[in-house]
Amino acid sequence: MHSHGSTFSTKRKLWHFHGGLHLEDHKSMSLQSPIVSVPVPEKVIMPLQQHIGEPPEVIVAVGDKVEKGQLLAQAKDYVSASLHASTSGSVIAIDQQAVPHPSGLKDLCITIEADGKDAWYSDLPEPMQPFQDFSAAELRERIRWAGIVGLGGATFPSGVKLNPGPNKDIQTLIVNAAECEPYISCDDALMQSHADEILQGILITLHVLQADHCLIGIEDNKPEAVKAMQAAIDQAETENIEIIVIPTIYPSGGEKQLIKILTGLEVPRHGIPADIGLVCHNVATLFAIYEAVELGHPLISRLVTVTGEGVAEPKNMRVANGTPINYLIEQAGGYQKTVKELILGGPMMGFTLNDDNLPASKGTNCILVTTYENTPPNSEAIACIRCGKCASVCPANLLPQQLYWFARAKDFDNVQEYNLFDCIECGCCAHVCPSHIPLVQYYRFAKTEVWDREEEKRKSDIARRRHEFREARLARIKAEKQAKLRKKKDALTGKGSASKDPQKAAIEAAMKRVAEKKKQLMDAGVKPANTEGLTEAQKKQIEAVDKRREKRPS
Amino acid sequence: MITAIITISLLAILFGLLLGYSSIKFHVDGDPIVDQIDSLLPQTQCGQCGYAGCRPYAEAIAEGEIANKCPPGGEVTMIALSELLGRDPVTLEDAEAAEKPKSVAYIVEEECIGCTLCIQACPVDAILGAAKSMHTVIKSECTGCELCIPPCPVECIHMHPVETGITGWKWPFPQNDQSVQETS
Repeated sequence: MHSHGSTFSTKRKLWHFHGGLHLEDHKSMSLQSPIVSVPVPEKVIMPLQQHIGEPPEVIVAVGDKVEKGQLLAQAKDYVSASLHASTSGSVIAIDQQAVPHPSGLKDLCITIEADGKDAWYSDLPEPMQPFQDFSAAELRERIRWAGIVGLGGATFPSGVKLNPGPNKDIQTLIVNAAECEPYISCDDALMQSHADEILQGILITLHVLQADHCLIGIEDNKPEAVKAMQAAIDQAETENIEIIVIPTIYPSGGEKQLIKILTGLEVPRHGIPADIGLVCHNVATLFAIYEAVELGHPLISRLVTVTGEGVAEPKNMRVANGTPINYLIEQAGGYQKTVKELILGGPMMGFTLNDDNLPASKGTNCILVTTYENTPPNSEAIACIRCGKCASVCPANLLPQQLYWFARAKDFDNVQEYNLFDCIECGCCAHVCPSHIPLVQYYRFAKTEVWDREEEKRKSDIARRRHEFREARLARIKAEKQAKLRKKKDALTGKGSASKDPQKAAIEAAMKRVAEKKKQLMDAGVKPANTEGLTEAQKKQIEAVDKRREKRPS
Repeated sequence: MITAIITISLLAILFGLLLGYSSIKFHVDGDPIVDQIDSLLPQTQCGQCGYAGCRPYAEAIAEGEIANKCPPGGEVTMIALSELLGRDPVTLEDAEAAEKPKSVAYIVEEECIGCTLCIQACPVDAILGAAKSMHTVIKSECTGCELCIPPCPVECIHMHPVETGITGWKWPFPQNDQSVQETS
């Protein structure tokens, strides 16, 4: 069942990754109604850190009037992403605000009070049309300017991924349209409604990467999206872009898992797909690339799936960056009565929010509201019975049970030895665990703990160097002081070489040199040449002189 | 009989020479175990262990001192040291001190009289200042050893706990796992 009209995919062999799960997808829930554009709320709160890497530098001040698409914070570091105003209005605060993060901590945010006009910034860059006329570097610069990050959830700056470096020859672009996590349907909805734009994004990305081939991986539970994408490809008459329909197995949308399914290749440990000639992008990211290049629009909105049994009208929405989550829930008809949890992300990899007054950011792909009726009651974890189910479902081929024991015992050397950092936190192991052990929580705990230790170690090494430097400096100062004191003392008592007359010293040195030379000659058997043919009287005189010399202390 | 004695003696000489040669050829400067111990210690140089710094304590541990006297390192350091040395883990001498949150020194600049006493006390040169000028702590270099506090004649140095932002945040140890309480 891999065809769906494509001539390529019927021939193509698909591979399998280890493990994985068949889950009930619950996706149709949010696909019943069309995508709605959420009206801009009264104020938007935009966290500076919406991506992996360094936060950008704020270039606006409180009180500034800004327009939609205007730059608010500029990326300075290479791995960073710029931030743009998602609506027009005035900056009313640049301060610490609650952000959607598992810690529940606050972070620096820019708050804009919307003026309701939602007017575009007048100084936006020109559309780059046709994109073929522009160099890869120019296009990459545009994508970087637009603050585009991986919209599949990882939020890694896309400009960095599009610059694999001179030594890496990229042959294939992998388009991640698997959307394997239950409930989430925003990529599906985007493909159904904007297939042409996504295709344009693919062509731009192929041009930037100088890649000649593109594989689009879509799970077979999205026939409408496949149809729409195939229609776009057929219309564009491009031959190097293939849609590959893959079986619905969670987590086929994991980057490494999707690459394995489509190509049979495995990304090396500690490596990136570019090491094996691949670059992987999510469909929503490609759509954002299209908008940046062909329209000159920065990334200021995205599709968000607001779904779950806990909301009245689940749907996909186009959401301005920084729109509060409670406002989105309202747009979806509000909470139902028996709400259990508010989850950011999907049921497998998302995390629970304790507050709904938090902004939706670039990485927000789904807001899931669960109810007590539709989710199993929270069971308390009981002892591991060593059934090994976790190992059989692990898509990263790890030993979850071993990792659990080590993480529980805080044995952080062994968790690394057993490749904890290859864990993608997909949650398969915890899902199948008959003892309901929160395995992923243990892995997350261990990972952040290891990072913390590494940081501590780095700091302690610096402290050691500074301490040793200080000790050395103190010792040097002490030695210098003592030397000075000794010199002074010597000068006072008139002893030692320091008190000698320089003239006398010169004479002494000259005498010493002569004596040394004489001795050398004597040792070599050379005697003074003028001792031959002397008279007896002269010889006696010489003897007497030698005797006197011997008597005199040298 | 004689052959046996000669053989054994020859062997003894041979191995003696071999050992003698090896000890010169593979000579190791310093004591590597002290370096290894030192690298596990937190380098606060705080002296809470009773030694003049981390290195002296590392030397003492190498000579048999108990590895449980380092409150900044806490249980983690104790366990790491026990593993390195093949000793049994022991309870911390001062478990209370080990649970103190990480903090850095802060000088109330209005109160500082510029006496330089704290500068002299700081083991990692993390205090900046000159005589009769106000001093300040370089936050990123401060190890939180508290050695600057006692010398201050005007008590203007306080310890401030280090704030963890989102980047330094750690996932907590899972609380809802009953099996942990049962077995350990």
